[in-house]
Amino acid sequence: MIKYISKRIVFSIITIFVVATITFFLMNMVPGGPFLSEKAISPTAQAALEAKYGLDKPLFNQYLTYITDIMHGDFGDSLKQRGRSVNSIIATKFPVSAKVGGIAILISLLIGIPLGSIAAINRGKPVDSAISVIATGGIAIPSFVICTVLMYFVGVHLKLLPTFGLTSWKHYIMPVISLSLYPTSYIMRLMRSSMLDVLGQDYIRTAKSKGLSKFVSVFKHALRNAILPVITYMGPMTVYTITGSFIVEKIFTIPGLGGDFIGAIGSRDYTLIMGTTIFLAALIVIMNMFVDIIYKFVDPRIKLK
Amino acid sequence: MNKNLQSLENNWNQDDFIPATNEEKESLVIMRESVGFWRDGFRRLRKNKVAMISLIVIILIMIISFIVPAFYPYSYKTQLRGSENLKPMTYSEDEQASIDSGESVFPHILGTDKLGRDYAIRIMMGSRISLLVGLIATAIILVIGSTYGAIAGYFGGRIDMILMRIVDVIYTVPDILLIVLLSFALKSPLNNLAKLPAFMWIQTVGVNLISIFIVFALLYWVSMARMVRSQVLMLKESEYVTAARALGASSARIIKKHLLTNCIGTLIVTTTLQIPSSIFTESFLSFLGLGVAVPLPSLGSLASEAINGMNTYPYLLFAPSILISLIILSFNLLGDGLRDAFDPKLKN
Amino acid sequence: MEQNLVEIKNEKLSFFTPAGEVKALNDVSFSLNEGEVLGIVGESGSGKSVTAYSIMGLTSYPGKLIGGTIEFNGHHIDKMSEREMSKIRGNEVSIIFQDPMTSLNPVFTIGNQIKEVIFLHTKCNRKQAQARAMELLKLVGINEPEKRLKQYPHELSGGMRQRVMIAIALACEPKLLIADEPTTALDVTIQAQILELMIELKNKLGMAIIMITHDLGIVASMCEKIAVMYAGKIVEYGTTDEIFYDPKHEYTKGLLLSIPNLDAKEHEKLIPIEGTPIDMLNPPLGCPFAPRCGNCMRICLREMPPITEFGDTHYTQCWINQKPSLINQKTSLINTSDASSKETQGGIV
Repeated sequence: MIKYISKRIVFSIITIFVVATITFFLMNMVPGGPFLSEKAISPTAQAALEAKYGLDKPLFNQYLTYITDIMHGDFGDSLKQRGRSVNSIIATKFPVSAKVGGIAILISLLIGIPLGSIAAINRGKPVDSAISVIATGGIAIPSFVICTVLMYFVGVHLKLLPTFGLTSWKHYIMPVISLSLYPTSYIMRLMRSSMLDVLGQDYIRTAKSKGLSKFVSVFKHALRNAILPVITYMGPMTVYTITGSFIVEKIFTIPGLGGDFIGAIGSRDYTLIMGTTIFLAALIVIMNMFVDIIYKFVDPRIKLK
Repeated sequence: MNKNLQSLENNWNQDDFIPATNEEKESLVIMRESVGFWRDGFRRLRKNKVAMISLIVIILIMIISFIVPAFYPYSYKTQLRGSENLKPMTYSEDEQASIDSGESVFPHILGTDKLGRDYAIRIMMGSRISLLVGLIATAIILVIGSTYGAIAGYFGGRIDMILMRIVDVIYTVPDILLIVLLSFALKSPLNNLAKLPAFMWIQTVGVNLISIFIVFALLYWVSMARMVRSQVLMLKESEYVTAARALGASSARIIKKHLLTNCIGTLIVTTTLQIPSSIFTESFLSFLGLGVAVPLPSLGSLASEAINGMNTYPYLLFAPSILISLIILSFNLLGDGLRDAFDPKLKN
Repeated sequence: MEQNLVEIKNEKLSFFTPAGEVKALNDVSFSLNEGEVLGIVGESGSGKSVTAYSIMGLTSYPGKLIGGTIEFNGHHIDKMSEREMSKIRGNEVSIIFQDPMTSLNPVFTIGNQIKEVIFLHTKCNRKQAQARAMELLKLVGINEPEKRLKQYPHELSGGMRQRVMIAIALACEPKLLIADEPTTALDVTIQAQILELMIELKNKLGMAIIMITHDLGIVASMCEKIAVMYAGKIVEYGTTDEIFYDPKHEYTKGLLLSIPNLDAKEHEKLIPIEGTPIDMLNPPLGCPFAPRCGNCMRICLREMPPITEFGDTHYTQCWINQKPSLINQKTSLINTSDASSKETQGGIV
């Protein structure tokens, strides 16, 4: 078990490393550097700025400095947001995104898993049809559509909920709904098909033949097995939530990390771009590793490897 | 004794106990015709009303996107002065004047946008772009993914292990980040390339779009590869290959007939379900401004542009939103229907 | 007359599939006494498992009982609710299935799965349940019971898993054990061990067994009575001796002929039964076996044969026994299309 965890950690580090390298070299493919678009900078001033940020050294040296800094957790200072370090930007903005994203993930699990199971247990009946239809619709609607539609009807027309910022709990409702619609629907469908699979298994028949009530058969025997694919999905779900948050933050004007990232790209804030990229990549990698490890605990068949 | 039998009100007689001939036996046995895999599947698909409706919707949308614009009186990039921000089915003052003087002016079914471009045609073009991107991207994924997966699965061993390790790394790289970075990084080189006579089309299509395709080619094929590999692995070991070998079929025929037929069924389903996913990604990126170049419209970019005017011109937002949801939904339902029809295990 | 443990009369059961109604059981009747061993023999699709499952109310979706009565240990199974059924299952009647690997839940320990049924039907506390579980494992011949209880199904061999299934089935000392092809998925040597175990346990605990199998060798060694099923009907029923030494139905005769013979000469061909089973969606009018029968007569294709009895314990439904030239005082004629003849069927034990 320990061997497996350490293997995964090493693997994750390698992946983050690869991402960082790719990011670095992509950034440097763009000619002109970060200060080209600044208005009215004299060549001397530009040279001074470049020297300050170490941009005048050969590429490989820059790369080495970059990697060593990262290993120390130092992403440097933002090139465009004067006086702020990338770390502090991430530290302030990320918790905002995390709150919205985290609640969205939680809701997806809390709603998706039970509803998907209910649909499977009542297969063929109206409940099943209703849930399946809602779920199929939910995965088809792009997040920006649901954002804008909600905003229009609920926010603007009916004026029920605020559409700007994140100052009260009410502000969370629409962004969270928009962000969680797709994962919830996906989990509903996933859970339904997984549960149907499991319910057809022989050991469920055994459970019934022992005299266990339907409730116990489902809750104890079926759920534990059926939930495995959902656990695996949590990795991609995190990725989706991160990328989905870019849109949600833009539309509902939420001060999260997504907005800064998009802005950094436009303004060629190298350090911020790289810092954010690596941070988010690391997050995903760690989440995947976490999921894999949990999976091994839940399914004893794989324990031995 | 015979008299006894007949007096029991039975309807037997001596003749009934004559042995039956083979013809008599066969005439009463209604054997269910064994149908081919494809015919059976399509029959099941036709019975699925939801899937059939989705198919019709898709065909309709295709017609609207690809054929109708050729006959439409407006162009997606022509800006009509004086006709800005028209509500659906209204005319500008100039147009009204033309009508009064006897000319016929084709109505703006969906009004016009803030630059005076007829919105209906822009929606149609946007739909065309979104569909094209989705289909091309899916084709890329299909080719790369299935080749990669088939090779890994068929050869197994060392090759398989290396190939799958690479897949694991690629799977972990966050796609959005790479697209953003790539489109940003490729902008200058591609723009320089576009100046060359052979590559002029790059300017129309847009650097961003090319970046999207490149990223699709680099990243999105992995789940297709994994699926194909698992199919190949499963079929390699499967019982009917063994049976066919026992019956003496040569290896090549085994592969061709058995492996492919079954694999193709799953492949079709996965591909059909990949299309809406690609369309979704494209619209998402266009929404963020990383998609097609102006003035080519995409349903995503149309929606993005319409947000600011949402209060006064909601139709500008709803038309592309509804259409893109419809496209994605129809493909998903069709894919589901295909899976139900061709999966012999009848997973419900 | 003493009450039978199991009494099934005219059971009709169909599966309502998207393709149509599959008439899985078409008028099945038999009974079983306490402590008796009945073998149900037939091909795949003959309805043997469906019959046994219906005793426990385990008919899977989309199956439904559409006629007849099922009585077990004084309960009217066909009229019971799901809740009442669950009190009987695992308690008065148990079942072991064909594939022990898939019949055990892979994510729970053996101990958990055995104790589950103990906690469900008895008032044992944890210590008592643990003791009982160990006792059961010893009973079924598994050594190191304490260690085994903590293991997971995939850590045990096929034979051991089947023993665990038997342990679970016997935990509450049921009156009837249904065994659905319990040895089909096991090696031949393990097969023999499991069968021996079952006989030993039956003698010790006095329960009745219904043994479902397609293997005539197994029924020969284990069963007192045999029901031969084909296409949802019992085509012949009798004691083991009667079936093996005096078969009266063409299908039974065919089955016996097709058993490979150790004493056969080299190159002697195996004699299979030609043809394939009928389509249960559109069952033919006459005898379902007619198309494959070597002695098929015209009337076989037209009408279902009536029941012919041979003594108290032996009956069959085959036109060949109704041939006018064969009629003598020993056989009696009953017209099964007459619904009022149920009393005769009740007398067949």
